[in-house]
Amino acid sequence: MRDKRTTETEVVAELRDGMTIGIGGWGSRRKPMSVVRAILRSPVRDLTVVSWGGPDVGLLCAAGKVRKVVYAFVTLDSVPLEPHFRLARQQGRVEAMELDEGMFYWGLYAAALRLPFLPIRSGLASDVMRVNPGLRTVRSPYEDGEELVAVPALPLDLAVVHMNRADRRGNAQFLGPDPYFDDLFLKAARRRFVSCERIVKTEELLNEGCVHTLLINRMLVDGVIEAPRGAHFTSCVPDYPRDEAFQARYAASASSPEAWDEFRRAYLEGSEADYQRAVSAA
Amino acid sequence: MCVVACAEIFRGDGEIYANPTVGTIPLIGARLARATFAPDLLLSDGEAMLVANTLPVGHVPDQRLIEGWLPYRLSFDVVWGGRRHVVMGASQISRYGDTNISCIGPWERPSAQLLGCRGAPGNTVNDKTSYWVPRHSRRVFVEEVDFVSGVGPRRARQAGGLLCAYNQIRFVVTNLCTFDFHGPDGAARVRSLHPGVTVEEVVASTGFAIAGLDVEVPTSRAPTEAEMRLIEEIDPRGLRYREVPD
Repeated sequence: MRDKRTTETEVVAELRDGMTIGIGGWGSRRKPMSVVRAILRSPVRDLTVVSWGGPDVGLLCAAGKVRKVVYAFVTLDSVPLEPHFRLARQQGRVEAMELDEGMFYWGLYAAALRLPFLPIRSGLASDVMRVNPGLRTVRSPYEDGEELVAVPALPLDLAVVHMNRADRRGNAQFLGPDPYFDDLFLKAARRRFVSCERIVKTEELLNEGCVHTLLINRMLVDGVIEAPRGAHFTSCVPDYPRDEAFQARYAASASSPEAWDEFRRAYLEGSEADYQRAVSAA
Repeated sequence: MCVVACAEIFRGDGEIYANPTVGTIPLIGARLARATFAPDLLLSDGEAMLVANTLPVGHVPDQRLIEGWLPYRLSFDVVWGGRRHVVMGASQISRYGDTNISCIGPWERPSAQLLGCRGAPGNTVNDKTSYWVPRHSRRVFVEEVDFVSGVGPRRARQAGGLLCAYNQIRFVVTNLCTFDFHGPDGAARVRSLHPGVTVEEVVASTGFAIAGLDVEVPTSRAPTEAEMRLIEEIDPRGLRYREVPD
């Protein structure tokens, strides 16, 4: 039995400048934030970040780690607009590939299935086609002859998702209401990592959720990180809800370079343990 | 008033997923519609569960009667299959029903980055879409949007095909009136003014010429007494007044 336990530091050590990474979760929900924080501490840069964007995107942009964001939206949910992402876009600090949500989904799915593209109606006649001049259309070869967008596959060099439970072999479980698209990120990636609230024995996986919550099996996973409160400050129900007060503090840190500096010094310069200590003291 | 106008969005929709994605008033409206004249609608809890009972808005102890599961991924099947009526917000809406939630100014380097286009391009070419605008103003209703996130009827017609057939921009409900896009060439047309709202007010607050104002404009219907009681039950704390003052 392979023991795939690893750490944030080891995962981030695999990153190279210019890589394309996929980050699981959705908005400010179940984001692998401990890994994002480890990226912030690393020297890596010029990343292309593929994400149902939340504070993962905002933090990486604020820290200057990002060359390009591939997104359909970036939001903090309870704070509708992600302030650090907004700044980065408005200051022209990051490139952007803005897609319709369905196109984004289809791009990951195409990569997962090793297809060059998947056809979709969504995006046609909208400005998504204007701002992505590389997008091509295809015509149905059947009688209908409908023109559709050929959404290109979005293959990832590395993907990381955060789950509620996993075993040390990489079988992983969500206990909240929605799996989001976390398995697709792993299926679309060359190197694949799961962080989780708690590593349990395989025979314990069904103690807290039914068999349908076992979204991710070990053939999709190269490494498992045990990261209690690793999704903080995003929600990771039922283990914990979003830390709204802390998220508000994070959002306010976009108000000036000084505010960001202060936030960064208070929370992001030390280790993950330092972060968790600072948060519980706050 | 606005609650009933939002409820009316779903009249005749039958057994489909009514999905208000923005604001409190459309949420109350959808729940009111199902509790009265549209009993077959499916409604979610705002996340992944379909809920069969009429829930109050805001944070309440869990009283959900769950009747189904609709995580994000499955919502695409619903939309692309034509079984949803979504109510979205919009930062800009043009005379011909194009809408923008992406950015203000040039997309390459916007003066204001907004949410991103989300599912708007796909929603509008696949299934029924309406909009909710709590503050009707010239900033929102503009001649041309800066970024076409949601596809309006005229653009859809120009594109033709199934895209056009599936493009169904139903209503825009604002704090002043209800629009549709059955004016000349698919332009915005006033359907009804909310009680007490004047034609002049709507003209002054809209950045393009609206059709339908040259004839007698109907007044939006007021809630019945039974509806008023239901609205109180759905929104006992009056969250609706934070969105649109009485």
